[in-house]
Amino acid sequence: MPQDTLQILAPNGELVGDPPIDLDRIRELYEAMVVARVYDRKCTAMQKQGRLATYAPFEGQEACQIGAVAPLNADDWVVATYRDAGAMWFAGYPMVNLILGRTGDERGGKTPEGINVLPPSITVGGHMIHAVGTAWADKLQDTGRVSLTMFGDGATSEGDFHEAMNFAGVFDTPTVFFCQNNGWAISLPFEQQTAAESLVDKAVGYGMRGVRIDGNDLLAVVAAATTATEDARAGRGPTFIEAMTYRVGPHTTADDPGRYRTETLTDQWRAKDPIDRVRVYLEAQGQWTEAWEAGIAQAASQQVEDAVAEAEALEPFTGDEIFSAMFAEPTLPLLDQREMLRRDGP
Amino acid sequence: MTERTMAQALNAALSDALADPSVVLLGEDVGMTGGVFRVTDGLRETFGGDRVIDTPVAESGIIGAAFGMAVAGMRPIAELQFMGFSYPGYDQIVNHVSRIRNRSRHRFTAPLVIRIPYGGGIGAAEHHSESFETIYTHVPGLKVVVPSRPIDAKGLLASAIADPDPVIFLEPIRAYRAIKEDVPDAPYLTPIGVASIERTGSDVTLIAYGAMMKETRQAAELLGANGVDAEVIDLRTLVPLDVETIVASVQNTGRAVVIHEAPRTTGFGAEIAALIGEKALYSLKAPVERVTGWDVVVPLRRAEKHYTPGVDRIVNATMRTMES
Ligand SMILES: Cc1ncc(C[n+]2csc(CCOP(=O)(O)OP(=O)(O)O)c2C)c(N)n1
Repeated sequence: MPQDTLQILAPNGELVGDPPIDLDRIRELYEAMVVARVYDRKCTAMQKQGRLATYAPFEGQEACQIGAVAPLNADDWVVATYRDAGAMWFAGYPMVNLILGRTGDERGGKTPEGINVLPPSITVGGHMIHAVGTAWADKLQDTGRVSLTMFGDGATSEGDFHEAMNFAGVFDTPTVFFCQNNGWAISLPFEQQTAAESLVDKAVGYGMRGVRIDGNDLLAVVAAATTATEDARAGRGPTFIEAMTYRVGPHTTADDPGRYRTETLTDQWRAKDPIDRVRVYLEAQGQWTEAWEAGIAQAASQQVEDAVAEAEALEPFTGDEIFSAMFAEPTLPLLDQREMLRRDGP
Repeated sequence: MTERTMAQALNAALSDALADPSVVLLGEDVGMTGGVFRVTDGLRETFGGDRVIDTPVAESGIIGAAFGMAVAGMRPIAELQFMGFSYPGYDQIVNHVSRIRNRSRHRFTAPLVIRIPYGGGIGAAEHHSESFETIYTHVPGLKVVVPSRPIDAKGLLASAIADPDPVIFLEPIRAYRAIKEDVPDAPYLTPIGVASIERTGSDVTLIAYGAMMKETRQAAELLGANGVDAEVIDLRTLVPLDVETIVASVQNTGRAVVIHEAPRTTGFGAEIAALIGEKALYSLKAPVERVTGWDVVVPLRRAEKHYTPGVDRIVNATMRTMES
């Protein structure tokens, strides 16, 4: 890690800074990271069985997934991507919705009332500005809510990133920009994504606070996210967080990293695993047992199984239903087309 | 001759073109991985990373930079990963690529090719199944080409690269590996703007392009078995359209069915139907039928089958034209 990268819990599980949260909370967040990993691995496995569509695993990024969301209130906005299922789940998006989406069913996108998590952005880079808009609305309406947007290093190359950062700076919106710099955008390594040494340097160009952190360090993530969230909520405007992490898995289940990288670096990053180091720390504090962890993993596994079973038990859409959510009321041409489909079949 | 899929035929055309040092290929993941559909497989190894260029994730950047290269005398080929990701580059295409010749009265030109995989049928994620070709055919100054089979794919891509004007080259995703056929090894050109009559017939003209050619061919066979003699036209190029071939065929058969997977409203079928109305109305024995996708977001995997026009819908529509 470069010098200016915030780290609180070193990869060997030793504290090198002040923990922003107490041991009980660390245990809670640890549990959430374990659930996230079980979910992630099960989705990959189920995709291989043909039960889910293409899946984008976030293994190795669990500290970001859980830590970025940890300081949020239940009604804050989360505007994230296809790789952020862990964050979305921890922010209140039901697991069954996530799974439904992955089976290829639109109903997965229906966030429950009261939870302000948008469906994941599939297009890269277009969504960060939405977290500026939601935050801006909250500012104008004085709701006290904060908007968190999550994205990868690749997304910072899209023009929309610039517009989002600039708007947030100019209009001083309560937005937290959380960039997971996982080293890759499909096959493109970070060094080819930008000539900049680090992404956090961009913040200054938008008149925004920026902080770079060890993204595999849960405590550093929580510390940075908490400060940024509190600043935003208190009217002190946006923050850009660059979390240094690594995509240890493939881009998606359809990707073969062997075509563009050797696994030497991946193995080095696996040694900096975000879950392992919290476990070592908790154990040293007398806060971790194997039985406790096995219980969490077992429950998480069951939760995913149940979600998949529930999703698969739902009858797929009928032909009629593909027309039913285009407008508040179906238009005459749509009703016409629905008739044609009924008459002629697909 | 070598038996090739469309993906392999396109790869061969790109490889031929890269022999010319003014040709470069740029896009996301086109180099190290050979593209999401492996169309550029092996080209970086052969021609180097300066000619087969992995770019940052930025479609406006890819198109805008390719435009600049083209204006400066090169022949860039830009690859976008899916049609659903082409829109950040749309401003560049509409406001710059399509009109520099006109703005500069021929002084500057943009002979670039923009390759865009499009269409559904593989149960892909959201934004990965779109067929919005008319957002390109509607823009004056763009040629729009859509091959349906390996042999045409190679020749049309070669023509697109050689063309003095910008070409949007649409590649039907589900046809990349669906068909294999013998493709000549030596370079050749398949002319842009010329449709292909794949099957002659006297009762009705089926007009389609791209991935929908598969269902259209199957429908024609089925219809043939039921005594309906269908002529099948593969448009191959949407702009400039081969009006003569369409009109001559409909004048002969007196019936037309247009097929596309794009949404119905202002889909390309509307253009064909209007054209037939203008040029062959008095030959018509029945109203022109359109078999299309619906005006909805392409459904995800579990319900996509309700969207993509199937063989039955084509047959039913054709039988309706036969009733009059
Ligand atoms: C506008 C757009 N262009 C291209 C793609 C295809 N694509 C999907 S993910 C990806 C890489 C994104 O990398 P990054 O932002 O670093 O996020 P990561 O996948 O590493 O989490 C690309 C190019 C897309 N989804 N949207």
